[in-house]
Amino acid sequence: MKRFGGKVLFLDRSDINTDEIIPARYLTEPSRESLKPYLLEDIQLEGFSPTKDLAGKGAIVTRANFGCGSSREHAAWALEVNGIELVAAESFARIFRQNMFNCGMLAVSLSPEIIDRLFAEFSGKETEVAVDLEAPSFTFTADGSILEVPFTLSRFEGDLIEAGGWVELADARY
Amino acid sequence: MGKTVAEKIFDAHLVDRPEENVFVLRLDAVFCHEITTPLAIKDLEARGKDRVFDPDRIKAVIDHVTPAKDSKTAEQGRVLRLWARRHGIRDFFDVGRNGICHALFPEKGFVRPGSTIIMGDSHTCTHGAFGAFAAGMGTTDLEVGILKGVCAFRSPATIKVEILGELKAGVYAKDVILSFIGRIGVNGATDRVIEFSGPVVEKMTMEERMTLCNMAIEAGATSGICAPDRTTVDYLWPFIKDEFSSPEAALAAYREFCPDADAQYEAVISHDVSDLEPMSTFGYKPDQVRPVREMENTPIDQVYIGSCTNGRIEDLRVAAEVLRNRKIADSVRGIVSPATPEVYRRAMEEGLLAAFLDAGFCVANPTCGACLGMSTGVLAEGEVCASTTNRNFSGRMGKGAMVHLVSPATAAASALAGHIVNSTLYRG
Ligand code: SF4
Repeated sequence: MKRFGGKVLFLDRSDINTDEIIPARYLTEPSRESLKPYLLEDIQLEGFSPTKDLAGKGAIVTRANFGCGSSREHAAWALEVNGIELVAAESFARIFRQNMFNCGMLAVSLSPEIIDRLFAEFSGKETEVAVDLEAPSFTFTADGSILEVPFTLSRFEGDLIEAGGWVELADARY
Repeated sequence: MGKTVAEKIFDAHLVDRPEENVFVLRLDAVFCHEITTPLAIKDLEARGKDRVFDPDRIKAVIDHVTPAKDSKTAEQGRVLRLWARRHGIRDFFDVGRNGICHALFPEKGFVRPGSTIIMGDSHTCTHGAFGAFAAGMGTTDLEVGILKGVCAFRSPATIKVEILGELKAGVYAKDVILSFIGRIGVNGATDRVIEFSGPVVEKMTMEERMTLCNMAIEAGATSGICAPDRTTVDYLWPFIKDEFSSPEAALAAYREFCPDADAQYEAVISHDVSDLEPMSTFGYKPDQVRPVREMENTPIDQVYIGSCTNGRIEDLRVAAEVLRNRKIADSVRGIVSPATPEVYRRAMEEGLLAAFLDAGFCVANPTCGACLGMSTGVLAEGEVCASTTNRNFSGRMGKGAMVHLVSPATAAASALAGHIVNSTLYRG
């Protein structure tokens, strides 16, 4: 199972698509690892620089419909090889969300109110998130502020996370 | 309560239902090609799980760029080739024996009514023409398919599309599916199964049904399905004659996978094609369609006849009939790629290749090639192609180029004219 949590990257925009997460020109790369330098290379987001802002991050908090567009699983892999194995958003494109869990990664939907609050209280600060999969809940911390946010996982999603993805779960179960 | 084809197939293959909307099904076949499978192979190796569930139920082909055009594509082919050898996958088709997956595998008799099939390729829905549930999947699902012979699907929710009326001469399955996608849009059937039925489908050959089901994904559908009937059995007969005492017996068995009269559909759509004209796309989305008549005088630089949509023998016959004893316009490059070696051989024996060559076409080997802008006819920026393929997305056949999706008859006629035009086979 993956260990979730770490420094949070805030992406303040809805409808970030998989072409922005990993452009189509890199789909012929020979391995997942080789996608690493290209994550979010084409994102349209004021003030964001992939070279500076990605370093050391372990989680993303963003708005609605994250991962829309092409169904490429490379989007999840590009996050994974950069150490980002958790995305919390107001909502996700269905296939992207499924790809995340298939890879043993966490894609968690939170209410618009909570997402607003996270942006208001934590964005722009050195924020860390800790994940308790038992509860399940997140704990966001940044100089003095602490916010605990419960979330829900279906049983199957929980199993996928625990097994470390669909390949491991299917191999153990079927 | 009655069931749809997909529901019956789900029932017959259900292994597990880990939650309400997740159905883990046993797979009858996993198809592989050299673009998407090598990543799955490498990941399985990295996990220490370099195994296959059943080498006889895995079929693999090098088809997208073949013969290899550069080191990268050569390496992709090599990964697939070595993997097939190492695991004893006998149905592996390499240069000389290879053709476009969705044309080759049906031709080899690998698709049966009621089967479950996945592949890391969106046009896997083509195989639904045989009454199978066939779906394109991502890499992780492909890995699990290869490793365990199972796949998780969301739901078999089905839209029934009744194709009514009678097609005019010179109007084909390609025109039917283009008009349907134009009607319901690129997301009109997202995550649904489409069951094609009605008198027009009943009269269609298997090749025409494949053309129809091939583009179900262009309306967002997981799979397109035609219920099995006598036409299906007749096509399959050479491959199943040892399994059944007679075609009637085979049909009786396959009827298990026909929809019940009281099946519950999420929607039923009637699509009357009596007045349908030959169609063409005009933009960068496959639902941007209009009659060829309204597209006339659109100049073109290239005509491409081939692909898993329209590269089969019936398609080549129609195109050759339009071209015979005529020359294509000086301003046009014509390329035809018979979809499989068998199609190639028959086209040669029937004199179709001669008709193409005499008209001024380049006869390429069986490959996806130009369809995805990888080889054998990539377009230059600003060029326009009338193509019998299935995707007109921006950049699909070459950066900055425009693709108009049409039937083989329209493609051939347009090659002669130098611009998009209806064929003489069409009697409007
Ligand atoms: S012919 Fe085109 S659409 Fe069909 S499998 Fe090949 S690349 Fe895909």
